[in-house]
Amino acid sequence: MKKNLKGSILKYKSLVGLLVLCIVISFISPRFLGIANIKNVLTQVSVNAVIAIGMSFVILTGGIDLSVGSILAVSAAVAAGMIKSTGNISFAIIVAIAIGCLIGFINGFLISKGRIQAFIVTLATMIIFRGVTYVYTDGIPISGLGQSFSGIGNKTILGLPIPVLIMVIVFGIAYYILSQTRYGRYLYALGGNEDSARLSGINTDKIKTLVYVICGATAALSGIIVTSRIGSASPNAGVSFELDAIAAVVLGGTSLAGGEGSVVGTIIGALIIGVLNNGLNLMNVSPFYQSIIKGLVILLAVLVEKKKK
Amino acid sequence: MTDITPLLQMKNISKSFPGVKALEDVRLEAYRGEVLALLGENGAGKSTLMKILSGVYNMDSGNIIIGGSIVNIKNIKDAEKLGIAIIHQELSLLPNLSIWENIFLGNEVFSRLTRRINKKVLKEKSQMLLNDIGFYIDVDILVKNLNVGEKQLIEIAKALSKNSKVIIMDEPTTALTDVETDNLFRVITKLKNENMGIVYISHRMDEIFKICDRITVLRDGKYIGDVKTKDITKDDLISMMVGRKLEEQFPYRESPKCETILKVENLCFGEKVFNVSFSAKGGEILGISGLMGSGRTELAKTIFGEYKKTSGKVFVDNEEVNIRSPKDSIEKGICYLSEDRKKEGLILGMSVGENMTLANLKKYENGAKRINKIKESKSIEEYIKKLSIKTPSPQQLIKYLSGGNQQKVILAKWLMLAPEVLIIDEPTRGIDVGAKKEIYDVLNQLKSMGKSIIMISSDMTEILGICDRILIMHEGTISGELSRKYASQELIMKYAVGIKG
Repeated sequence: MKKNLKGSILKYKSLVGLLVLCIVISFISPRFLGIANIKNVLTQVSVNAVIAIGMSFVILTGGIDLSVGSILAVSAAVAAGMIKSTGNISFAIIVAIAIGCLIGFINGFLISKGRIQAFIVTLATMIIFRGVTYVYTDGIPISGLGQSFSGIGNKTILGLPIPVLIMVIVFGIAYYILSQTRYGRYLYALGGNEDSARLSGINTDKIKTLVYVICGATAALSGIIVTSRIGSASPNAGVSFELDAIAAVVLGGTSLAGGEGSVVGTIIGALIIGVLNNGLNLMNVSPFYQSIIKGLVILLAVLVEKKKK
Repeated sequence: MTDITPLLQMKNISKSFPGVKALEDVRLEAYRGEVLALLGENGAGKSTLMKILSGVYNMDSGNIIIGGSIVNIKNIKDAEKLGIAIIHQELSLLPNLSIWENIFLGNEVFSRLTRRINKKVLKEKSQMLLNDIGFYIDVDILVKNLNVGEKQLIEIAKALSKNSKVIIMDEPTTALTDVETDNLFRVITKLKNENMGIVYISHRMDEIFKICDRITVLRDGKYIGDVKTKDITKDDLISMMVGRKLEEQFPYRESPKCETILKVENLCFGEKVFNVSFSAKGGEILGISGLMGSGRTELAKTIFGEYKKTSGKVFVDNEEVNIRSPKDSIEKGICYLSEDRKKEGLILGMSVGENMTLANLKKYENGAKRINKIKESKSIEEYIKKLSIKTPSPQQLIKYLSGGNQQKVILAKWLMLAPEVLIIDEPTRGIDVGAKKEIYDVLNQLKSMGKSIIMISSDMTEILGICDRILIMHEGTISGELSRKYASQELIMKYAVGIKG
């Protein structure tokens, strides 16, 4: 049962779409292929991609997490607050991720043991924790976080922007878990048929909870990247980020019903969105039209995916 | 009195799916006033042939002739207009709608002007249709409140509402009790006497000999032959079906006497299981018989930890155990093979291999929590061979396998764990004769290794055929226990309906 990386990539029709998109854009705007632009695109993509990877875990089990944007905001705000008061960046990052895990756990617990639908639970936590963010920040962005912190989002290691490095590492871990470990197998089974999975001895409640914890953690991690790049933690950070994350997952070929898909597809999906955004900017298309085009692309991509089945 | 010209003729029907030739030059003739059995192993092509007739599939080549003229059936509506109705194995009623709404679903009569459905007319018509088949029930009742036998009668009424000339029934008695089956046969006989043509797809020999006039046999997608029921014996018919003589349908082996492995004491689960106590020994196949609704599956699921017991104790190897989930149960050596493999056994989106190893993945784990895929493949190949599972490869998606082979994959899943106690619920439901025997052989092997098998089954011949001891359940309690020596269908039925003594 060889599920090697190459084999998985070749299966992806979305990859073809991405390549076509890149080719078309580079013809219209040759600046697209410049090193500076590519680094820029990848860095921007990484913010969404990191969340989308966490979201993949959730969607593979047939669930959904609408609260990622709010998790991003509240964990980033608390981290920023801690950096300002203690100056200890590493500790602040750990706390941020811990908050992401905690909110994720609340989501997961209510969904698995509480048996409430994921849509409803995460809709509620999305609203609640946006509110918490406003309360914590008093409605004002927290800035003045220092040079070293802004390095995370803006510096490079060996030529690779750090956010891109983070994205690659998170992808690597996710790919490993999903394709090489039994937890990955359990996850697909749970998404395919929860009853069969449970009756096969899989602790479905535990896995259901865990995927939301993972999603919360990736949202918080992405929040660190965003906050570092902007230089401040805004109470409005992350608004609508859940939509881009879900779009990336869906564009990558993962089914919203669960049980089918891969993080490789998700990365491709995130790249499609990022490349599209970048391309439209390079072509000086008005941001108003950009939304329309983006939505149409998503619809088209899903239709094409369905037809080929 | 059967007509000389066939009501329906299918000639030289061929149909292929990617990689599979489902039907090759198949023929079938059905006459008015006759019940024709369509017989064949799983994968023989019966369902495919009937789906072509009812418009679900389009054939690659061949002719369908109805009432003397060649017809073109492109979709389900075409077939309906020609008077062909099919009642599928998986009933297609909508549970939240009423009986009359279901009967006229898609065929509602409405006023041309206002587009309003004429409820009164439809209700009356439904009542008439049901009365005609001897089923007197309030047509406003929601279908979800009916049992399987009643639902089936609604399906028949639905077929009759469309002025059908030919009714095809696909494994109609699979989920019916004996009483319900008798009622169904009464209805079929009535329809037959009213000159309807009936095609009856089934594996069940006894029923075919009871209700069918003629039998058409298919094997491996080919037409084997036609016989009148009164002209052939069961054994010869089986030979036609499998192409070989089956020595024994139910192989029984003497049991090696072993210790008690599982003991259940005063187990209760809500209203469904009440004060059940019994022991299961190693080296024996313990059958659990009973009517539908008697609580057998609930008992199994309570022991297995899927349902939470309300009181009572369970002992494994004389030690009390606290089982709160299927995971716990499996750790204690008790495995459960569900009666509904589609809903509770298979992960349809996964491959044969992935389904098979799902409960055993821990054993293939090496350092860094990685699954050793080579070790896993070896295991899968081993069990594919052991159970003669027919699949082009372990990577084949399990949804493409026949019912019998799917069941073998699930069985392999549990066998891999080497359970002490294997509880199997309706293990051979919807499975062809050949695969059934293979499964019985596997169970006997397990038995000879000193393991305990608890078999829940509604198939009396199966229970009497291979079990050492039989428990009978009635309304949530154990109403009787019989040893193989003294068991009989009459005794089992007596206990099943609650007659004491």
